[in-house]
Amino acid sequence: MSVQQTIHDKLVDALAPAVLEVINESHMHSGPATESHFKVVVVTARFDGMPLLRRHRLVNDTLAAELGGGVHALSIHAYTPTQWQDRGGEIPRSPPCRGGSKAS
Amino acid sequence: MLADDTRKFIDTLVKGNKVMLFMKGNPTFPQCGFSAAVVEVLKKHGATFHHFNVLQDQAVREGIKEYGDWPTIPQLYVDGELVGGCDIVREMDANGELAQLLSPRS
Repeated sequence: MSVQQTIHDKLVDALAPAVLEVINESHMHSGPATESHFKVVVVTARFDGMPLLRRHRLVNDTLAAELGGGVHALSIHAYTPTQWQDRGGEIPRSPPCRGGSKAS
Repeated sequence: MLADDTRKFIDTLVKGNKVMLFMKGNPTFPQCGFSAAVVEVLKKHGATFHHFNVLQDQAVREGIKEYGDWPTIPQLYVDGELVGGCDIVREMDANGELAQLLSPRS
């Protein structure tokens, strides 16, 4: 199974998201790895009343095995269903990489 | 495991500076887009901040993850508390919470 699929399945199991996007952004970064940088958008009622830091910790903890392994960067966008509706389902852009061979 | 001396070193930086950023590279030449994004936001707010380049110290690079119980870098601390990484900082910039956090306490 791909890392992308694993991330997807774990987040579905842990957070019962109403919206879930797992985007592989590894191509935006230097290095040979094809599954190193991901962005996840998680919309779930579980985040209701939960501060951002705790939402992120929940996602990070769910994906601890991946983050301890080959996944080098994980961008997290965590919204409640209401917040997601308010922003019209717009996904924030990730910053471009500045590391390694693409730095110059 | 986070060695005692590394923990103490990190602790001194976190507790000794109101705004402390652990990043890759430095504010002039960030070595990572996520670190660069946090620097940009802090500069936009005119915040005075200290930084530590984790690429220069492997012990701190690994140790800060355990210290903050946070798996990625950058990590921003304000008033001794972890605020978060790039996504949280940008979100708090957008919703006004960061301005509040960075303002001097009366």
